[in-house]
Amino acid sequence: MQNILELFTGGDPEVWQITLLSLQVSGLATLISLLLGLPLGTVLALGNFPGRSFFLSLINTGMALPPVVVGLVVAILLWRSGPLGGLGLMYTPAAIVIAQTIIAAPVVTGLTAAALQALDPRLRLQLLGLGASRLQMVLALWLEARLALLAALMAGFGSVISEVGASLMVGGNIRGQTRVLTTAIVLETGKGEFARAIALGALLLALSYMVNLNLTWIQQRGARR
Amino acid sequence: MNHLLEVRDLLVRRAGRVVLEIEHLTVAPGEVLAVIGPNGAGKSTLLLTLARLIEPARGEIRFEDRPLAAHGELAYRRAIALALQEPLLLDRSVFENVIIGLRFRHLPGDEIVRRAETWLNRLGIGHLRARPAARLSGGEARRVSLARALVIQPRLLLLDEPFAALDPPTRAGLLDDLQALLAETGQTTVFVTHDLDEALRLGDRVAVLLAGRLRQCGRPEQVFAGPADAEVAAFVGMETILSGRVLSCTEGRVIVDVDGRHLEAAGELPIGQAVLFCLRPEDVTLWPKDGAPASSARNRLAARIVSLAPHGALVRVALDCGFPLLALITRASARELDLAPGMEVSASFKATAVHLIPHR
Repeated sequence: MQNILELFTGGDPEVWQITLLSLQVSGLATLISLLLGLPLGTVLALGNFPGRSFFLSLINTGMALPPVVVGLVVAILLWRSGPLGGLGLMYTPAAIVIAQTIIAAPVVTGLTAAALQALDPRLRLQLLGLGASRLQMVLALWLEARLALLAALMAGFGSVISEVGASLMVGGNIRGQTRVLTTAIVLETGKGEFARAIALGALLLALSYMVNLNLTWIQQRGARR
Repeated sequence: MNHLLEVRDLLVRRAGRVVLEIEHLTVAPGEVLAVIGPNGAGKSTLLLTLARLIEPARGEIRFEDRPLAAHGELAYRRAIALALQEPLLLDRSVFENVIIGLRFRHLPGDEIVRRAETWLNRLGIGHLRARPAARLSGGEARRVSLARALVIQPRLLLLDEPFAALDPPTRAGLLDDLQALLAETGQTTVFVTHDLDEALRLGDRVAVLLAGRLRQCGRPEQVFAGPADAEVAAFVGMETILSGRVLSCTEGRVIVDVDGRHLEAAGELPIGQAVLFCLRPEDVTLWPKDGAPASSARNRLAARIVSLAPHGALVRVALDCGFPLLALITRASARELDLAPGMEVSASFKATAVHLIPHR
């Protein structure tokens, strides 16, 4: 119990470094997923092209990608002898960002597509009939589906802040460099330092709660408009 | 410019099936064209095609004497405004909904506010400007939808069933207001409806669309009093349609043989001409058997009541006069005559109430 309290009262600067890195890595991965997933999900929801259903089924399958499998594939790609080995990204925070982006992007894409498909399809015709350009129509639809899109963002962030397999495999859990909250919990548990593991777990939950609290506040403010 | 809009040889397919085929249709500047037809006739497809939201398989649409392609897709869509059957309001305030088309056109802020205030007040929804669209009644939402289209002050307004699914008092109020607004602004409008009363009230001309084909187009009184064929006649409310043959024609008086009964109609047709004898049920008067007093009605028939059915505030009476005949009477009349199935009555109608359509 004393360990837990010390951890929260700033007794260990490493904990804050780990926490900050977790937030940076997962935040950046979520942001990149949003930049990829929002347009891709929109195209899949509104587009009319051959293979659309097939691509949607792929994305929906991707929403349940096991992080260890993603870690394995990214590790093979980034390994020194792998096709992207020359970039020297293995065991760096960038490698974790890449892996987490692969995990979060299908979640954001799939939920974006679902959010837009839940809107009345005639709304698109109505917006165009009022003189909207294609871009104006998409922006109006995003605004209309804003609550569901924020939920997609939260789900994307939730899927990566809590994953451990990929971060461990491509980050290596290197102290001071690639150790994030989840990998640190695994390490402390392995060492039998349960109190420290529990404290880190509580910190992870608190961090996740704070981020989602903010997003929920934005979402519900939108709902009351 | 004779026509604001002209449609020639238009063919629209959906899912490989021809759903709309129009040889020629025009809309003059300042005119209100009512396109009428039953559900599934292709009315909404026509409107979406005119809004350039459906690409026709064939044909030409000219706007202000130039083909649509010459206007550019976005420029054309910004010259018009479309209001679909459902209000489809955005999850925002009434004011934000009304100004969305002006925002799309990048109008200056003060102009947007000025126009929005004007049209909110004209449609009687100024007091709702801050209310979330989700908290509007059906009638209010329809008014917002109309304000959103009218505030654009389009060169062509396209309205899809603007009064559908409204309760009668709400519908009547909105119909009055829209009629006044269209008359006051001279707004060129194409609106589709399956309601004949709306078409009569709002339309300068009426186009009848049946099974995707334009069957007749003309002034409302021409179309309603002189339908071009049996299907148009049935749609515009001439529910008794009988096959007959002209026996004689003198001084604008045509005697038609219908199943051995000689009936009179007003008109000029050659002897021997096969005709469809069309009559509205509201033009048929019922009397007690042998009780019809002297009147100008040229057709008096002995009839037997087959059935009685309520029809809103009225009663629809199916009669057998040797051929089927329908009458529409008030409930008070049905009570006073003590009508019942199987009862013998007299039926009469004027020769001028009959519309004859030459037939093969």
